[in-house]
Amino acid sequence: MGIEILGLPMMYYIAMLAKVLVAFVFVLLTVAYATYAERKIIGHMQVRLGPMRTGWHGLLQPIADGVKLFFKEEIIPSQASTFAFLIAPLIALIPAFITFAVIPFGGTIEIMGYKIPMQVAAYYDTTAGQVFDVNVGVLYILAMSSLGVYGIVLAGWASNSKYSLMGGLRASAQMISYELSAGLSIIAVFMLSGTLSLTKIVELQSGMGGFEWYVFKQPLAAFMFFICALAEINRTPFDLPEAETELVSGFCTEYSSMKYAMFFMAEYANMVTVCALTTTLFLGGWNGPFAVAVPLLGPVYFVAKVYFLMFFCMWIRATVPRYRYDQLMHLGWKVFLPLALVNIVVTGIIGYFI
Amino acid sequence: METLFFAIVSLVAIISAILVITCKNPINSALSLIMTFFCLATYYVMLDAPFMAAVQVMVYAGAIMVLIVFTIMLLNIRVNATQKHSHRILLGSIIGFFTLINTIVLLVKSQAAKPVGPFTGDMIRNIGHSELIGREMFTTFLLPFEITSILLLVAIVGSVILAKKNI
Amino acid sequence: MLGAYLPILLLVIVAVGFGLCSLVFSSLIGPKKISALKLSPYESGCEPVGTARERFSIKFYLIAMLFILFDIEAVFLYPWAILYKKLGVFGLVEMGLFIVILFVGYIYVWKKGALEWE
Repeated sequence: MGIEILGLPMMYYIAMLAKVLVAFVFVLLTVAYATYAERKIIGHMQVRLGPMRTGWHGLLQPIADGVKLFFKEEIIPSQASTFAFLIAPLIALIPAFITFAVIPFGGTIEIMGYKIPMQVAAYYDTTAGQVFDVNVGVLYILAMSSLGVYGIVLAGWASNSKYSLMGGLRASAQMISYELSAGLSIIAVFMLSGTLSLTKIVELQSGMGGFEWYVFKQPLAAFMFFICALAEINRTPFDLPEAETELVSGFCTEYSSMKYAMFFMAEYANMVTVCALTTTLFLGGWNGPFAVAVPLLGPVYFVAKVYFLMFFCMWIRATVPRYRYDQLMHLGWKVFLPLALVNIVVTGIIGYFI
Repeated sequence: METLFFAIVSLVAIISAILVITCKNPINSALSLIMTFFCLATYYVMLDAPFMAAVQVMVYAGAIMVLIVFTIMLLNIRVNATQKHSHRILLGSIIGFFTLINTIVLLVKSQAAKPVGPFTGDMIRNIGHSELIGREMFTTFLLPFEITSILLLVAIVGSVILAKKNI
Repeated sequence: MLGAYLPILLLVIVAVGFGLCSLVFSSLIGPKKISALKLSPYESGCEPVGTARERFSIKFYLIAMLFILFDIEAVFLYPWAILYKKLGVFGLVEMGLFIVILFVGYIYVWKKGALEWE
């Protein structure tokens, strides 16, 4: 490993490329098959079969959908603001895909004498002898998810259609309200961990056979964060921006072809990120039996936990009816916001006495 | 390499800053401003200040710009409603010129190109940037921190009064 | 330090490339049969009346403003949260004061009815 670029060995760049591709393909495939899984699971919950025609039990359905949308006609409404209309799906999609970078999906593996932490934005420094990651990982995720709101508000505004504008406005007000509550509810976790680095938060949850998980120490924070995060990414039962019965399709009413698909992908990619972040913060991340001894088990546990939470999201969708808009805003501002603050104060006082 | 990266980011920052004031459509101006904030965040990362970078994106790009975009949508500014004011452009360029001279003088005098102060890059790496900021803020600068809460309270009251006419 | 951020840059490039490619290729491949009716805004089959860009409720503006203020509060809470064990009871009191002052503002907002949606 004689060659070094910018003070980093060649292996670093190979590992970086591999991790970026693995993370990107993982999110992409999960997004594609989440759409299929959602239809299938909700189908079975409603005593239907779901997609059955394309492939064995409809397994090729996401590919068929993708190809169909790819070949569809692209429509840019004559009254739309073209630039904003074109860039809105990109602004929605990019933050959704890059948030995954700071989430650790496994421990450190060693290939050819070079240690590689299984996290996209992290590397092992041979001179310092320790792993460096983005030490404000959580803030990075919050910052990126606060950008997703522009994609939606721009889509609504640029379309110049009444349904789109109303959908976009509703969505943005909902997203910023719940972003606030979600951001406040996880502060209690950092009071316990004393760090914002996701790698260290996972390490702190490793002991006691799972009873060190923050979901047991901060059940209220875990519950509030998951609900707020669902509302922030406009999942059911908070999918008011796309309430078909009132707003046709909300902010993406005027979109067609791949641009529509990109909003769809952004929504599911956000769901993956939210489930991955909940896993990391509250469910011990990649920790599990023998995960430290056998490093390759880490990603398996991580993916299993993420998929369980995603199944839970779909289960909620099949069970709970949609909220009304005023109830939704009341819940965010009058219940979760004060509750998160109270939780911080209570955690502070209890933590001082123990 | 770092200099090259800095040059690229600076170029993007300057181009998007120029677009902010030259775009016909106010929404596109707002988008360019978000891009400028992003470049500023990149500078913070390059200066070993990741916490500042995250806060820059969260507060400026994520919160304040949402308000500005809402305001543009609320006022519904027509694209052709903006007029040219040549005397304002003149005034602006005079102010800009003197600010530029001021900045150059300050840069030459203070040797700002070199890192100054007790906090070194190694310290930030070992202790953590957010920890250092927090330690200073909650001990040395305690009074300004508490005054911030009063400032925020005034802003909350002010925003409600502005938004609700019939109080 | 740099090593942790290079992958993010690469991921941004990959994501932008993916997004741009799918936009460009789908618009090249897709059919183009444009008609005036197809390009008019969707209004459930009726003739579109007026423009969509009317003025909307001040409510949304107020929510955005309150969001900024409470978001700044949250930003102050992050560095405090990771230090609170080291700061001890002193840190607890100072942040308690901070939260109480802002809670007064929150109660004011609630009492003035700024959080009500009709």
